Amino acid sequence: MNLNLFLLIPGLTAVAVLLLRQQSQVRMLALAGSVVQLVLAIWVTAQFLALPQATTPGAMAFVSEYSWYPSLGIVHTTGVDGVSLSMILLTAVVVLAGVLVSWKVTDRFQSFFFLLMLLSMGAYGFFIAQNLFVMFFFLELAVIPKFLLIGLWGSGKREYSATKLVLMLMGASALVFVGLAGLYYGQSDASAGFNMQALAASPLPLASQLFFFPFAFIGFGVFTALFPFHTWVPDGHSSAPTAASMFLAGISMKLGGYGALRVATFLMPEAAAYYSPWIVLLAAIAILYGSFATMMQTDLKYINAYSSVSHTGFVLFGIGMLTKTSLQGAVLQMVSHGLMTALFFAVIGMLYERTHTRQVEKMGGLLKAVPFISTVFVIAGLTSLGLPGFSGFVSEMMVFVGSWERSGIFYRVATVAAAASIVVTAVYILRAVGSVIMGPVQHEAYLQFEDATWTEKLAAVVLIAAILFIGLAPFVMNGWIEPGVQSVFQQVSAAGGR
Amino acid sequence: MNYAQFAAFILLLPLLSFVVLGIWGRRYLSKLAPWFGTASMAAVCALSLYAAFRYFFVDGSVGGVFQPIIAMQVPWLEFGYKNLSIDLGLLLDPISVMMLVVISVVSLMVHLFSMGYMKGEDRVPTYYAFLSLFSFSMLGLVLSVNLFQIYIFWELVGASSFLLIGFFFTKPSAVAASKKAFIVTRFADLFFLIGILIMGIQAGSFDFGVLLQQLTNPASEASVAMASAGFLGLSALTWALVLIFIGGAGKSAMLPLHIWLPDAMEGPTPVSALIHAATMVVAGVYLVARLFPVFQLDALAMQVVTWVGASSALFAAVIACTQTDIKRVLAYSTMSQIGYMMFSLGVGGQGETAALGYTASMFHLFTHAFFKSLLFLGAGAVIHFVHSNDMRDMGGLRRLMPLTHISFLIGCLAIAGVPPFAGFFSKEEILLAAWQSNKLVYYLALFTAALTAFYMFRLYFMIFWQADKQYHHHSEGTLSMKLPLLLLALLSISAGFVPFSQFVSADGRATATHMHWQFSIAPVVLVILGIGLAAWLYRQQNDKPAKLAASLGSFYKGAYRKFYFDELYLFVTHRILFKMIGKPAAWADKQLVDGAVNASGDATLAAAQAIKGWQSGKVQQYLLVFLLAVLLLAAVLLFFWLV
Repeated sequence: MNLNLFLLIPGLTAVAVLLLRQQSQVRMLALAGSVVQLVLAIWVTAQFLALPQATTPGAMAFVSEYSWYPSLGIVHTTGVDGVSLSMILLTAVVVLAGVLVSWKVTDRFQSFFFLLMLLSMGAYGFFIAQNLFVMFFFLELAVIPKFLLIGLWGSGKREYSATKLVLMLMGASALVFVGLAGLYYGQSDASAGFNMQALAASPLPLASQLFFFPFAFIGFGVFTALFPFHTWVPDGHSSAPTAASMFLAGISMKLGGYGALRVATFLMPEAAAYYSPWIVLLAAIAILYGSFATMMQTDLKYINAYSSVSHTGFVLFGIGMLTKTSLQGAVLQMVSHGLMTALFFAVIGMLYERTHTRQVEKMGGLLKAVPFISTVFVIAGLTSLGLPGFSGFVSEMMVFVGSWERSGIFYRVATVAAAASIVVTAVYILRAVGSVIMGPVQHEAYLQFEDATWTEKLAAVVLIAAILFIGLAPFVMNGWIEPGVQSVFQQVSAAGGR
Repeated sequence: MNYAQFAAFILLLPLLSFVVLGIWGRRYLSKLAPWFGTASMAAVCALSLYAAFRYFFVDGSVGGVFQPIIAMQVPWLEFGYKNLSIDLGLLLDPISVMMLVVISVVSLMVHLFSMGYMKGEDRVPTYYAFLSLFSFSMLGLVLSVNLFQIYIFWELVGASSFLLIGFFFTKPSAVAASKKAFIVTRFADLFFLIGILIMGIQAGSFDFGVLLQQLTNPASEASVAMASAGFLGLSALTWALVLIFIGGAGKSAMLPLHIWLPDAMEGPTPVSALIHAATMVVAGVYLVARLFPVFQLDALAMQVVTWVGASSALFAAVIACTQTDIKRVLAYSTMSQIGYMMFSLGVGGQGETAALGYTASMFHLFTHAFFKSLLFLGAGAVIHFVHSNDMRDMGGLRRLMPLTHISFLIGCLAIAGVPPFAGFFSKEEILLAAWQSNKLVYYLALFTAALTAFYMFRLYFMIFWQADKQYHHHSEGTLSMKLPLLLLALLSISAGFVPFSQFVSADGRATATHMHWQFSIAPVVLVILGIGLAAWLYRQQNDKPAKLAASLGSFYKGAYRKFYFDELYLFVTHRILFKMIGKPAAWADKQLVDGAVNASGDATLAAAQAIKGWQSGKVQQYLLVFLLAVLLLAAVLLFFWLV
């Protein structure tokens, strides 16, 4: 089993897409490519679960190595554990759904699907990488296509949003790079190069950790909407075309959380423990402040974007709390939020295509006009407000329990503040549901709308199935990620953290 | 007997019905949906009754003590800290089995009644799907083995209540009511959640069995850990219990979290009968009963339960006397009766009276479910007939709707506590429990009982007596609507004769309660006075009620406006939450945080603008700068060389 298939398949699909001329062929090919990705992801997961690595903390499966620039320690090393596999599965599901909702893209369709595939390749490469430099390479690869996707296919003030997004993410990458350089040059084991496992085995001295950790953590944090570096999120999302929004919120924001866990926390555990209160503080602010800011939004995309700030706050919150339960919660929250937000953006796109507005007050009574889409909207909303049975409940409860494990008045207050967001979330979600799909039908014309097409239905069903899978049987994925999280937790406890 | 299979079916049938009707109902089952839902609920009802029979008469009692039977328990999510996990399981003990019977019987009646009531409405399959979802969630709630499991189903009943209140989704008032119900109870659930966290982290388990066993043993690790922690001078146990109780108070519409319940009457009336009268709203009482041995350990928490319950009972009864919407009167009376159940648990301290308060509370829960759902369904039949919720549009209906009239009268007699109807027995026990433990609560409860009789008969006379209004049709509704009324009326007469304390008591031992007829004199006299007053004021249309209201002045007005709680909440949410927190947060994000981002962009541009002139492309200029720089460097070097 070679993990580079995860690069090959989207890569080949991307190239092949450029060769075709018909829109119907292009989209079928993209669909086929993403189905293969999903099948591959599931198959690899099944293979992985049979291996001893599946239950051994810190062990990577399917390791392969290709020299790239060996004199600098840049080796294309790949390997996965349960945590990265969960992210890969998330990516595959979101990519499939993203292709399905882009079924009607007619403007420069080849380039559109090309960029989608390139983005997914970047994400896969990031999640399978075991070499920091290669990881960084793929992180960048996942940024650039976003600029084009928003700038060319976007809506509203798209140039502004695209520029802002890319500049902020590039700035974040620069910070990440400083962190990586610090790890590379500060290591005591000269043979480690950029290899993550080797770097983890011999962590930096405390002083350099304390210096370089903020670079790496804030850098990755920007990707996952760390307060106060989150403002690219609302503008970027609202201008992006539907599939790009789904990729952006569903996958790209997870690159940051994954990096913050796997690079910053795992490789610099003492610094993670040292900065823990600050991370918790910023994350708690993001959670609560993000949810209050969401309450005041009237554009559906802004609502979901701001709620993403609040929800991804739970990822950083869980990481900052540094208990095993909270770290597991953070990983589950990444997957859960990825699926949920993709579903939300997908359904917002479906509504927008019909009503040509995203303003909540201009919609109303859509349940009467488009029952399927409206039901999906309700499901997305209920997932967002953490209803049991859907994935959000599981991950949030994991974070809450994990956070409460940390005693001390500061952490308790922060947890109560974070938990208070479940009420605010209910307010804004029900406000949106109440005025978009319930209430009197705003225009007679709404009743003429066609309900979801088969591709839209399929996209929704795939995402909902994934959400239900986590929500109804959380023990499955929790079992996958447990050893991987355990290895991070061991690093932190060995460093005398907590 | 294999309870696992048995009880699992009780849960799976409604779940199955929800999934089938929810996904395929509209397309394939538009005609059959009511039958499908009702049939599955009938099966659940039969299974529940059989389970109750087996539990109470065959398997449940070991050596005269009812033992909890855990039919199934599987870990669902393990937290990896101490023994914390969310387990899903099925717990059968006297109160859960009693609740199974209550929920499934009332739910079946509501399913039946809805067949007639909802006829011709849009989305009937969806309606039945939601009813099934609710029944599933409520049954799961009472069967929970784990504190977190109860929280899961707790949220699910909240969501199904939201869906059902908002069933007529094009009506703005229904939408507003559904949102309000969910958000207010969610707010209470936040406290519940934090209570769960405190309880779990300190005691090391979410499992009811473990919690009860560990915490009631002062030497156990959990008790020590619980006692060692505290905050603001209160012990961790007090915090945990009070916070959990707030969650319960939210669902049970206790003061001051009751504001959602009257509005929830926007839902279809059978839904109100099921959710907002008999089942979901008593979840808070059930929660306290479930943790009763732990509550008993903490006097302060018990005081909170008592006083919140007692004040809610009185408060709601006063408001109920002034309302004119038939369903709102019933809603306030529900709140008042739940207040009775709550304080009855609260006064159940240690010793002799403990058993009585607990048993009385559960007994009242049991009887109340039947007569209150009867009253709601009766109200539904009336509303169906006159197409209005307002009592002032009704009158003289006793001749047009004889069956509804008789069953409604039975319901009124039962809730008022007239012997020998069901409510008399359970209320009498509650009064006795209060008398033995807290006299002030007793007098409050006695006064509330008189008020209850008054407002219920005010309702009764205004609907069924007074002058005839002009109604055009003379049909009381279908058989499916009459049958539930009849059955529930029979239950409202007979449920009081169940020797309840033989089955349900705090320690699982059968006890005998004795009726003291001398003790019953005061309540019965007061109740008859209440009924008499209502008859005098409302049997015939006259201006006496208006005069009375005028003489009460601002107090009447305050009660009529529900003591301004809605206004208070509006103030808090709109003025404070939206205007003072939400708006500044959104503003700060746009202007300050994003402003800083844009400013940094602008600054970069401005800097570039300022220095871009340097790249003029004029060779002479470059040469000049070059020359000046060389001179400058030379000067600097010279300076250092000389010094």
